[in-house]
Amino acid sequence: MAHAHKLEILRGLIKFKSNTQKIWGVLILLSIITAVEVVLGIYKPEWAMGKVIGMKLLNWIFIILTIVKAYYITWDFMHMRDETKALRRMVVWTAVFLICYLVFILLQEGGYIESIYSSGFVKRDF
Amino acid sequence: MDNTVANTGTEGKTWGGGNQPLKASYGKMMMWFFIVSDALTFSGFLAAYGFSRFKFIGSWPIADEVFTHVPFFHGNYPMIYVAFMTFILIMSSVTMVLAVDAGHHMKKNKVTWYMFLTIIGGLIFVGSQAWEWGTFIKGDYGAVQTKGGNILQFGEYVTVEGEQKFKRVALGDFVVAEEKYRTEHDRKNGLWFVQEGTLPTYTVDEVYKGLESHSNVLVRTQIINDEGEKTVLSREESLMQIKNNGKLVVEGANLHVNEYGTSLFADFFFFITGFHGFHVFSGVVINIIIFFNVILGTYERRGSYEMVEKVGLYWHFVDLVWVFVFTFFYLV
Repeated sequence: MAHAHKLEILRGLIKFKSNTQKIWGVLILLSIITAVEVVLGIYKPEWAMGKVIGMKLLNWIFIILTIVKAYYITWDFMHMRDETKALRRMVVWTAVFLICYLVFILLQEGGYIESIYSSGFVKRDF
Repeated sequence: MDNTVANTGTEGKTWGGGNQPLKASYGKMMMWFFIVSDALTFSGFLAAYGFSRFKFIGSWPIADEVFTHVPFFHGNYPMIYVAFMTFILIMSSVTMVLAVDAGHHMKKNKVTWYMFLTIIGGLIFVGSQAWEWGTFIKGDYGAVQTKGGNILQFGEYVTVEGEQKFKRVALGDFVVAEEKYRTEHDRKNGLWFVQEGTLPTYTVDEVYKGLESHSNVLVRTQIINDEGEKTVLSREESLMQIKNNGKLVVEGANLHVNEYGTSLFADFFFFITGFHGFHVFSGVVINIIIFFNVILGTYERRGSYEMVEKVGLYWHFVDLVWVFVFTFFYLV
């Protein structure tokens, strides 16, 4: 069976000899990222508590690391790297666009309602 | 033969028909499209969670304080167990992709073993999830719900290594249950068509008495202060809040009440992790079916292990979703 796998990750920075080796390499990468997330989550370092674009820097780090993890799961475990460009875009662009749209609308609305609660005439009822 | 085929002038073109422009079989492509739609369902859930959280940004429960248990160990270990669960799921994703790889090389034995390990990983995850649910439903400290539906928790200041820290106190540690004239309604000695949930161990009055007699215990509200911690009330305010606004003693969490904070938090926890757990469960069932097919040699005879690849796609997707649930429910 001639299945051509692309064996480079990180834009060719790391090249693997076989597909099996690549799988273990990606596992190590994902484990390191998860470990970093957990350590940051437990210790919550002071430097990451500042706000960046309306959210704590720490939360931005978590979200970016999550997207990195999602990228490697999709590209290497689900073999998206080896699919044709057309199939890849059909799946990824559609999902990314719709999810961004949904998240933007709902978070915007949630923030607005919060502002009504906190600075409007609705009082917190105890 | 040639003269029976209509000539359309598109032969050899990518989309001219008769070939696979996406170089993927029908089944694999449809699995991808199913995954896209399922991803949208999950993001609908998570976005709704984000909506409610942004709406109550100043009073949302802090996940680190909710998920602190590890089976067989006592003490406070925030996130350790969830991290373990994440690792298990990633690990079973790895064995799955190894099974797919072995399938490409037509190695039946290896596929069998890797599929087996994948199923075991899935079962450990579902089991952990069930344990996590059990712990969450049981609760640990107990709280009082106010008339407005807010949650008041209890704790005291203790000095740990020269630092003042707020430590939670369980209801059982300072409240004494008195004799109750009201017993739980039972089907067998009451109305057979009416059911009642378990009654709380304590009444609000008993909690108030307990609070009065323990001068070290203070009330903590849901409101998050500037330091990112929940607000602790003074002694007088604590007593006043319980006396004037306390309505119901809450132990644990369900779809109606939640001792950790707003009940929306529990609702989303049950729905999102439940929906994901259901996916893991069905993934395990499908994996078992494929596992037996591999053993029986179905794919060996078919000459291709593509079925393992398709199930693999689903299994990786379940892992992918968990990565997001982990971030948005436990970390952020």
